[in-house]
Amino acid sequence: MADSNKSFFTHVKESYVWRSMFRHGYADTPRNRILQISSNVFLHLHPTKVPRHAVRIRFTWCAGGVTFLFYLVTVVTGVILMFYYRPTPEHAYADIKYLQFDVPFGMIMRNMHRWAAHAMIIAVWVHMLRVFMTGSYKPPREFNWIIGVVLLVVTMLMSFTGYLLPWDQLAIWAVTVGTNMASATPLLGHEGPFSDLIGVDARYDMRSFLVAGKLIGGATLLRFYVLHCIFIPIIASILMIVHFWRIRKDGGISGPL
Amino acid sequence: MDSTTTTPNPSSEVSESTVKNDKKKITLSHRIHTWPYLVRMEFLTAIIVMLGMTVWAIGMDAPTEQPADPNRTPNPSKAPWYFLGLQEILVYFDPWYAGVVLPTLIIVGLMAIPYIDINPRGNGYYTFRERKFAISVFLFGFVVLWLSLIVLGTFFRGPGWNIFLPWEYWDPHKVVALTSVDLPYMLGARQESTMFIVGMLLVFCYYPGGALVGQLLLRDTNIYKQLGAVRYHITAGLFLMMFALVIKIFLRLAFNVKYIWVTPWFNV
Repeated sequence: MADSNKSFFTHVKESYVWRSMFRHGYADTPRNRILQISSNVFLHLHPTKVPRHAVRIRFTWCAGGVTFLFYLVTVVTGVILMFYYRPTPEHAYADIKYLQFDVPFGMIMRNMHRWAAHAMIIAVWVHMLRVFMTGSYKPPREFNWIIGVVLLVVTMLMSFTGYLLPWDQLAIWAVTVGTNMASATPLLGHEGPFSDLIGVDARYDMRSFLVAGKLIGGATLLRFYVLHCIFIPIIASILMIVHFWRIRKDGGISGPL
Repeated sequence: MDSTTTTPNPSSEVSESTVKNDKKKITLSHRIHTWPYLVRMEFLTAIIVMLGMTVWAIGMDAPTEQPADPNRTPNPSKAPWYFLGLQEILVYFDPWYAGVVLPTLIIVGLMAIPYIDINPRGNGYYTFRERKFAISVFLFGFVVLWLSLIVLGTFFRGPGWNIFLPWEYWDPHKVVALTSVDLPYMLGARQESTMFIVGMLLVFCYYPGGALVGQLLLRDTNIYKQLGAVRYHITAGLFLMMFALVIKIFLRLAFNVKYIWVTPWFNV
């Protein structure tokens, strides 16, 4: 009968099922503070203790974390957009209009996806600037800087491949301007220096490899769609895992100590 | 005299270990629990950023233009804004350089930074005094050559890639006289072969010439001795390539110079 004084939540928290899910209590003890981090698969990205300056916004600008947050936003909103979007020249533009005018919350999902993508690029640049200004690429973090540079390029490629998908004038001409550069690749582009040595032409060179043909068309749309939704995000995710893991392995956040 | 201010310990070994212990103590006391101190900062930042994102997404719609039409080229056709710095460089260099070689050099150059900047100071804290050269070069490249060119390409370029002020009417028929000449011609060379040789000399005097002259001048300095020949030449090469862009922009805007070296295969 003494148990009847306990609240419903206490009963739940003391239940066998609850305790099988959460191995530690929530009372604010040093032990629980450590367990909160080390026994949580998402939070254990962090060390259980960090240098005091690691929580200072003035030092980190939180730029790397914000970049990752923007990435998560684009993943979530992007998956929602994928439910309504068909990557073919017949349907793509109409599906964007459908998303904007008919799908509940379609407009805000599209807006959020686009602005988060732009914001992610800015955040990546800011993160690079902060890491440079604190000299955090110096030993032992040289290799993580390289992964960071690759992630910077990958971020811009993710945004660039997504730029084509609305299949409007803005999309195809921006991608035309961008991919035309590939035709000027030395040796491998049909308008580039020394291309006659290799014997490439407009149908078979660096640009046609990127856009799947001589012109930006249905094959390009499908190619960019797969690159945008599957290929590059997987590469980016793998590189992010390595990037985060290397922070820990290279001695945690950089600092003057 | 207070009893705690004792005479210095005669044994150096002991004092050294005391210093070490003190240092360790400081390091430990400077560490704080991730939960709640770091996690709550991250959570707060995430909430504020998501709030901003939501307001942005409600207040501003993503652009949608007319359906794609391969037969109707808009004037100007602009790349996505984050590539407009590179598109702007197309004014000063041919596509093989501005669109392919230069971006590659930028990426490789960024990756090389930790291996050519061997200055051990300024690791993990903000300082300008201890790394004047590294910070100046990086900020110049990032702010002047990347960000400001993006602003120029986004807000100041209109039809025909001509310069328009943001409030100016985009006149598609604006006529701009094409009076640019090649540098060897400006210097007095008139025959094709002389122009070729003059151009080649100019380019080779700049690189590798500039790097080799720098090597001779810096040979006896400590900086060069620490860098070594290989690291010096990678640094000098990347630095000269970056500065070539500044020179080319200046020559074009001030003297209407188009190319420095014209060859049958490529133009620089």
